[in-house]
Amino acid sequence: MSDTPYAVEMKEIVIRFPGVLANDHVNFTLKQGEIHALLGENGAGKSTLMNALAGLYRPTSGVIKVMGEAVQFHSPKDAIAKGIGMVHQHFMLVPTQTATENILLGLPEPRFHVDLKRFDEQILALQQQYGLFVDVKSKIWQLSVGEQQRVEILKTLYRGADILILDEPTAVLAPQEIDELMATLRSLVAQGKSIIFISHKLHEVEKVADRITVLRKGKVTAEGLPIQGLGKQQLAQMMVGRDVIFRVEKEAQPAGDVVLAVRDVQALNKKGTPALRGVSLDVRSGEILGIAGVAGNGQSELAECITGLRPCSGSIRIDGVELANAPPMRAIKAGVAHVPEDRTHVGSAPNLSITDNTIMKQYREAPIGNGVTINRGHARAFAGRLKEAYDILAPSVRTLARKLSGGNLQKVILAREISGQPRMLVAVQPTRGLDVGAIESIQRLLLQQRAAGAAVLLISEELEELFSLSDRIAVIFAGQIMGIVEAAAADIATIGLMMTGTRLEEIRQEKEAAT
Amino acid sequence: MRLPFQISVEKRTEDYPKWLPALMSLLAVVIAFLISGLILALVGGDPARVARFFWSATFGSWATFSDTMVKATPLIMVGLACAVAFKMRLWNIGAEGQFYLGAFFASLVVLVPILPPEAPKPLILLTMAVMGMIGGALWGFVPGFLKAKFNVNEIITSLMLNYVAILWNNFWIFDRWSEGGFQMTATFPRSYWLPRLADYAREYRAFAGITLHLGVVFGLIAAIAVWWIFQRSRWGYEIKLIGDNPQAARYAGLNITRNIILVMMFSGALAGLAGMSEISGVVHRLQERISPGYGFTGIIVAWLAKLNPFTVILVSILFGALIVAGREIQPSGLAQLLQGIILFMVISSDVLLRYKVSITRAA
Repeated sequence: MSDTPYAVEMKEIVIRFPGVLANDHVNFTLKQGEIHALLGENGAGKSTLMNALAGLYRPTSGVIKVMGEAVQFHSPKDAIAKGIGMVHQHFMLVPTQTATENILLGLPEPRFHVDLKRFDEQILALQQQYGLFVDVKSKIWQLSVGEQQRVEILKTLYRGADILILDEPTAVLAPQEIDELMATLRSLVAQGKSIIFISHKLHEVEKVADRITVLRKGKVTAEGLPIQGLGKQQLAQMMVGRDVIFRVEKEAQPAGDVVLAVRDVQALNKKGTPALRGVSLDVRSGEILGIAGVAGNGQSELAECITGLRPCSGSIRIDGVELANAPPMRAIKAGVAHVPEDRTHVGSAPNLSITDNTIMKQYREAPIGNGVTINRGHARAFAGRLKEAYDILAPSVRTLARKLSGGNLQKVILAREISGQPRMLVAVQPTRGLDVGAIESIQRLLLQQRAAGAAVLLISEELEELFSLSDRIAVIFAGQIMGIVEAAAADIATIGLMMTGTRLEEIRQEKEAAT
Repeated sequence: MRLPFQISVEKRTEDYPKWLPALMSLLAVVIAFLISGLILALVGGDPARVARFFWSATFGSWATFSDTMVKATPLIMVGLACAVAFKMRLWNIGAEGQFYLGAFFASLVVLVPILPPEAPKPLILLTMAVMGMIGGALWGFVPGFLKAKFNVNEIITSLMLNYVAILWNNFWIFDRWSEGGFQMTATFPRSYWLPRLADYAREYRAFAGITLHLGVVFGLIAAIAVWWIFQRSRWGYEIKLIGDNPQAARYAGLNITRNIILVMMFSGALAGLAGMSEISGVVHRLQERISPGYGFTGIIVAWLAKLNPFTVILVSILFGALIVAGREIQPSGLAQLLQGIILFMVISSDVLLRYKVSITRAA
């Protein structure tokens, strides 16, 4: 039966959760040796569908065929036995173990004695074959996110997967790493693997996929269309059911006084190596300063130093008040709001309610707090107002934070940070992993802060976002600022050169020499 | 063989109703009793008779119920002590030692003496209670400080400090305050005793022989205080926030170091108060083995009560009954067996909160 052109056929799949119809008679086919993109907004049912294929859920009804053979999976093990491997959005790796140990985890071999050396070699051979290079002896926590992802892919390949499901693989990657991933995917396909690529990023889908299936609210809106000839606008419309505005409108506005002054800041990262090596910059009132750079060049550390979460040397002043090395409380009191990079681990308390999450920075002040007690009534009213004003979709303010979608959780965090009318807003990757609609509203909120006279430091890896929101763009590389340019006058080539380590002066000198 | 029906276990995708955990715990206790009865029957016993005896020995009359409550009293306070620490994910395994040190500090009021027997009784009892809490807080401070400043595992330090506290007590009762060479001090004068219902037997005949003492009120007040702190106070909010996500708490500007120390001290103070209540209300002197492991049972109590202060009271009464029954029923291990099975059942019932079992007819 293996003469079928289809690696996977899913017919009339219905997946029903209590109260939710996650997949409504979905058809999906994956040809052998193709990259098939599964496109859709958050909550459209992409992950649910693929979890059914990977054996994590069982469809309420419908047929799944793998290589032409009807299958019924009771667990991921059954799916793996049929050659289906899934790389989840949130990696399932043990941080204190090496890459090899993680790859071997849960397999019947080795049984008792682990001859790591032998397995290291096997995995190196696998790396050679697919061009997926990771240091096998490194512990997971020492690896970058991109490398961890490679370990996850190797894990599925080691288990003999022929069909790979990648759930939003680019959400956590830097632009460079994304390119590497795309190359990897192509080489995998060239060697006979078939790939399902879940995403909501149109430009990536356009770049890498052969065919595309679009889901909207659990239903298929485009089934297995070849990617050629489809425009970005057309894809977007199938995805969200309306035209998407790609650029948010930004009013011209003169910048005010300097709010944030950073001078010669040096800091170490969590591994103890230098992350910031003499960073200096200013952000003015009513201005958005964008920080561009490939992930891991000191952006996160810079945000942490400004918000008091990381010790540093040098000077960080807000309205002239020195904040370097001060505890986070001092930065909060000085009017610094912070939208942290890690929404779930830093920005929110997952098992507390929306109310408890929204008062995280306001609970000390009247009318919510009076020093000893917390007025639950005022707290709930406050949360209710934010829920209303920021359009946070949740059954009630009692809903636990972990039940919220990424976009809604981000709105909770932004609402909380903005409601204090900050002097300074430090936003790190505020739209990462969000769907188009949520990105738009988050970006609008940032612009509103700018209009209200706050100084905004926007750290992002989405160049498009930086260009459309920022007044000026600073580029960081290896812990140093390569140059700062006006966003309106900046061209992507110059930014790209700076992102890879060329200083702005050098670029200008070369240009002059050329003319 | 094909069954006519299919049993499938699936992860719960939506919230369970609020009453489900309570129902589960109750069912778990009932099932634990049934299993114990089965075991009893298997070894040739008569479960029905044992059950009747268990009931009459623990809840059967006001006198026996009072015995149960006397045993429940220290458990309530120690259970609350553990619940407070666990809420912040601080694993205070040192309630036993904090209990002993609380007892020791409270005894100082009598033995130094800090207050003479002629002092007003409310003042004496209040001082003893405060001293007991100070003693326990001190013993909670040590692991708290080490955890906060040097990230030393509090499980190890608080556990080891139990033995230090017990030996410290032994030194004083063997060497300094020994009563005629026995490992105990002289009986405290009556003015250092917590009032018991039996003390009022002359006015109210019904109270004759009822040993329930004022300590139980301490326990109830402590439960209300803990509830208030968790539900209404700013500090309780901070504890919850740190417990759920320390990184987010730091980001919100909280001083985690200080809170770790404070919570450990508060937890210790509650256990210390239990120690005071026990020597002033029951034993009436400082001696060896004033606790049959209350500090450790408190861990189980807090856990079974899902850290809810009022549930702690209910669970403590159940465990108080088990202790009383263990004294009355031979072999005494029976009560411990039951304790073990209850714990096992309640912990396993948690699985049913996370998964649902559905039985469907085979197609």
